[in-house]
Amino acid sequence: MLLLECPYCGAKCEETELSPGGEAHIKRYGPGSSDQDFEAYLFMRENPKGVHFERWRHVYGCGKWFHAARCTQSLEVFGTYAAQTFEPPQEIKDKISAKRPGWSWRDFS
Amino acid sequence: MSQVGCVVTHWIVGNEQDKGIPNAQSKNRIRNHMRRYSAFAIAREGARYHTGWERAWKSSEPKKRYDAIIVGAGGHGLATAYYLGKNHGIKNVAILEKGWLGGGNTGRNTTIIRSNYLQDPSAAIYEKARSLYETMSQDLNYNVMFSPRGVMMLAQTEHEIRGYERTAHANALQGVATEFISPQRVKELVPIINIHGPRYPVLGALWQPRGGTARHDAVAWGYARACSDMGMDIIQQCEVTGVRRDGDKVLGVDTTKGAIDCDKLGVVVAGHSGVLADMAGFRLPIESVALQALVSEPIKPCMDVVVMANTVHGYMSQSDKGEMVIGGGADGYNNYTQRGSFHHIEETVRALVETFPMISRLKMLRQWGGIVDMTGDRSPIISKTPVENMFINCGWGTGGFKAIPGSGWAMAELMAKGASPLADEFTMWRFGEGKFIDESVAAGVAH
Repeated sequence: MLLLECPYCGAKCEETELSPGGEAHIKRYGPGSSDQDFEAYLFMRENPKGVHFERWRHVYGCGKWFHAARCTQSLEVFGTYAAQTFEPPQEIKDKISAKRPGWSWRDFS
Repeated sequence: MSQVGCVVTHWIVGNEQDKGIPNAQSKNRIRNHMRRYSAFAIAREGARYHTGWERAWKSSEPKKRYDAIIVGAGGHGLATAYYLGKNHGIKNVAILEKGWLGGGNTGRNTTIIRSNYLQDPSAAIYEKARSLYETMSQDLNYNVMFSPRGVMMLAQTEHEIRGYERTAHANALQGVATEFISPQRVKELVPIINIHGPRYPVLGALWQPRGGTARHDAVAWGYARACSDMGMDIIQQCEVTGVRRDGDKVLGVDTTKGAIDCDKLGVVVAGHSGVLADMAGFRLPIESVALQALVSEPIKPCMDVVVMANTVHGYMSQSDKGEMVIGGGADGYNNYTQRGSFHHIEETVRALVETFPMISRLKMLRQWGGIVDMTGDRSPIISKTPVENMFINCGWGTGGFKAIPGSGWAMAELMAKGASPLADEFTMWRFGEGKFIDESVAAGVAH
């Protein structure tokens, strides 16, 4: 069972208090974009065995969306951070680098 | 006394092969062809104290090159290899497995077999698989304990009634024998069910009488034995670490047991499909999540059909050992750990207790998780890939076991001939083309 801290209300939530929301930091491609970009936006998802970034919602709590950095191989949680960002904050990246040197995820590392 | 002893000794020596207890070691020699299992074989081996049974298949070390390499010795991979040999005469084949044979989802599912899907391409491949299960024990000369005991999917909301009536009509056109049955009929078939549940009463069910269960390990073992008999190499504890290619063409794989060359490469690795695709340099519309199951303590026979209740996320059957085999919904987040979480068990059992009040006092014995590969439309991918001569069979999500023979049949045809009527609709490019095979209802497991 995952334990994630909501970055808004500070509650340390266990999984049943939260709702998973899929991959984080997806760039939306709409009308006018190439077929390839549109397909990737709709269907292609990162599926790494290791460091992963996700969206979660504190659904039975404050109701806010937030981000989590997590390892899909060990279920270790590196940290959570607010939703209002296009990429993980440096502080989270540093935490991951300390534990998983050389990690990369999409364009982030 | 000593004289008698001497006589007896002489008698044993003189008829060593027939009368004494033979040395088991000498009988374990590797033969070119497997001995058939039969009632006669049991009598024959019984007469020599069961010391003559051979290993069911041969565990091999890799050669330098094969006509085809299949990555993944689970049910789907072994079935692919089997039909490559049996239907297409391609027998110079290696099946690589990073763990042990049948140790992934093949050994972790709830063994349900059915083909009551909605869309035509799904009905075709799942019904092909179901029909192959009917004769699998005879075809493989290996008892897979196929038990067509009937599968029912409960309708517990008005929406489900409409959905399943539609599926029953679609199945009638597809030639798949299913019917929508009344709550009373459900109660007749499953006396232990409570159809008046206050929250989710049973309003009817989609009933497939020729659906059922089979022994999942035996399916893998039976295919492995048949593949080994055709001279194929089953190589366990051999993890693929890289896919070698020359431009857009596949050359072979790097493994923990060295580099192996091949003409054709088939990747059949379920939860790790994305990892293998990454090695070959392309992406798949797949996410890997945990799906878990549990079994109760064994009890006397009380339910001789398979019941699935999709609204409340639970399905149940009784194994031949008497254990109630229970499955639930998939987790909602990416995971490679092959572990489940207790809250999911609680959720599943809580839901089932309302419909099956008698299970409330059952003790649960074991729970486990498997990593399933989910596509956006909950249908599989059996497809060529951007890499020439590399093929992929994945995305079976929560429903792979039932499809094993049909999947292997289609994948083998695709690898041998470059196309298969069963696989044509299941390409990895159907998402971009908008040609979904939407089975999120028929997939039968909450996700």
